[in-house]
Amino acid sequence: MKSLFTFLLLLALSTQVHSKVNIFACEPEWASLAKEIAGDHAQVYSATTAAQDPHHVEARPSLIAKVRRADLIFCSGAELEQGWLPLLLRSAGNKKVMPGQPGYLEAAIQVQRLDIPDTSLLTVGDVHSQGNPHVHLDPDRLLKVAGVLAQRLSRIDPEHATGFQENQRQFSRKLNRQMTEMQPILQTFKGKQVVVYHDNWLYLWDWLGINQVATIEATPGLPPSASDLKKLIQRLQKQPVDMIVISTYQNDRAAKWLAEKLNKPLIKLPYTVGGDAHSTDLASLYQQTVKLLSL
Amino acid sequence: MKNLLVASAVLCLPAQLLASTPGTINANTFNPAVSVILDGRWSDYKDEFELPGFQVGGEAELPAQDWSWGHNELNVSATLFNQFYTSASYVFTKHDGETEKDLEEAYLETLTLGNGLTLRLGEFFSHLGYHNALHEHAWEFIEAPLLYSSLFGNHIDHEGVQIRWLAPTDSYLEFGFEAGQGSGFPGGSDQNDQSYSSYIKWGDDWSVESSWQLGLSWYDTSFSEREGGGHAHGGGGPAAVFTTQNTDSTVWGIDAVYKWAPMGNSKSQQLILQAEYFERDEDGRVNLSEDTNFFNAAYQGKQKGYYLQGIYKFKPRWKTGLRYDWIRANNRFSDLIESGVDFDEFSEDTEFDNDNPIKRWSSMISYSQPEVWRVRLQYNHLDVAGNEDDQLFLQFTLMLGAHGAHRY
Repeated sequence: MKSLFTFLLLLALSTQVHSKVNIFACEPEWASLAKEIAGDHAQVYSATTAAQDPHHVEARPSLIAKVRRADLIFCSGAELEQGWLPLLLRSAGNKKVMPGQPGYLEAAIQVQRLDIPDTSLLTVGDVHSQGNPHVHLDPDRLLKVAGVLAQRLSRIDPEHATGFQENQRQFSRKLNRQMTEMQPILQTFKGKQVVVYHDNWLYLWDWLGINQVATIEATPGLPPSASDLKKLIQRLQKQPVDMIVISTYQNDRAAKWLAEKLNKPLIKLPYTVGGDAHSTDLASLYQQTVKLLSL
Repeated sequence: MKNLLVASAVLCLPAQLLASTPGTINANTFNPAVSVILDGRWSDYKDEFELPGFQVGGEAELPAQDWSWGHNELNVSATLFNQFYTSASYVFTKHDGETEKDLEEAYLETLTLGNGLTLRLGEFFSHLGYHNALHEHAWEFIEAPLLYSSLFGNHIDHEGVQIRWLAPTDSYLEFGFEAGQGSGFPGGSDQNDQSYSSYIKWGDDWSVESSWQLGLSWYDTSFSEREGGGHAHGGGGPAAVFTTQNTDSTVWGIDAVYKWAPMGNSKSQQLILQAEYFERDEDGRVNLSEDTNFFNAAYQGKQKGYYLQGIYKFKPRWKTGLRYDWIRANNRFSDLIESGVDFDEFSEDTEFDNDNPIKRWSSMISYSQPEVWRVRLQYNHLDVAGNEDDQLFLQFTLMLGAHGAHRY
């Protein structure tokens, strides 16, 4: 009797494992959002860590194997992963997650993007013709993506549709409450002038009303040269700058030098979930980002 | 002025529309993606390219002395209706003042068969081994490993079909089968010869920083005639023609790759270690004819080789590498038929009975603007069955446009 019970339990467990939605997220922020919305009904894998540059990832065998088994590919999109995701998709032979299928979801495409260039002429560096893809640092845009994700998950796994919708409502409430609590601090950021290393903070500034006056990289994705830095400092000495912002994993040499020259604070932000010890999920990522900016 | 404003407003419109249309799916901005690769070289060496014991064929050769054009490539690739992927590569080379062009690859591949299955049709580099499917601009040294030059004529390609299946396993496990017309080296020159290859690849991560892949491959062909190789004596006498006839040729081999990058950021720093071992068994006849005279014999060839290679990207723009090549032939002859040409003359003319190993050390350093241009300096020390040579190469490669991402 006892062994029969164990057998049934194991069987139940194994079918439960099989019924889980397999989510392949390209970046930690989308893995985190997928965990919030899918809850226990999914197995979530992040293709990159906070320490990796999502523009440049090796199409490793392990990633191809993960795409092969995925029910949903959930990425920034808008060409952020164009150096490696199309190759993974082509190698995996998984029809469900090809572009155009319910199992393929690009987060950035779901929201209004900033900085869409009006040409797609040949350029050097990580330039995205569909606009800036780093959308997750604006909670309003993130919540919009969360809504689309819940719909997609419901299509892929209709059995748990109500669960996904409920998780999305709860997450939305939680984040909105957090934003209301932070409102007094958020007000203080309005109109601040910031210099960044790479153009991956646009949506954060859009949310906080901060003005980005320059990027340290002269060409996106390439380290600045000595003459680039000279030109930059000449420009910045003529206009007000409040702070210099880089992510914890970006090379801080040029930024440090600039901060010293301008005598302004250098702030290292986590950028994504796992970017520092405090940012363990999206809510704590926003919390930590706002805290570091207001120091 | 007003017209200009209207025109620019209209030009900006599509981008604005795109921005405000959620749900638009566009996997590839550059569709079709077009890229051009220009390859200039300077070379210095003493001896011509000879691999005694091996019938050299395919594209295996040394660059011309001093300045020369190398492997200039035009590649067009596109995704069709999210159903098919197509790619075509044209190669332009210059030989003795004449431009030669060659359709290197042209294939169509399915994207939506599902269940891990992919079907490819057309002309393509076989996925056997590790180095074989790499395009020349992605090679880490100016030339292919000796193993690939001697056994495959730089690479095995098929005009035919490939079917591959990726198992739904936790680690990467892929099975592939290819069948082609077999009209390319090491096959014969007859379009009706068949060639087949199959492979298994297995790979995974040890951590986010390090990953590996192992491969096991086979290749099999039969042909009525294969020309080439040896070193025909120039000058006065009649040209000697060396052919292999009615031969079964079987190849098998293993390959291993290990890659390491601090924090998984291969753009900044990376170490790549790779090694491959292949052996080829041939069973047929050889023939050397000079005018009406000839030598003919049954031939059983066993040729094998390996290489070990380490590449270290120590800064985003700098790479250095070291490679050791070793190949050896062991060919046996029986049932000799001599008509005006005896075995000694055959042996002297073709050196096909050489069984001393051929060894090569190569080292290189390169500086690049990744995906745009690269300058590479390479030094080789070659030991061809006791005959030593030093080779020096300088290569400048320019990459224009957008080409597909490189495989692992």
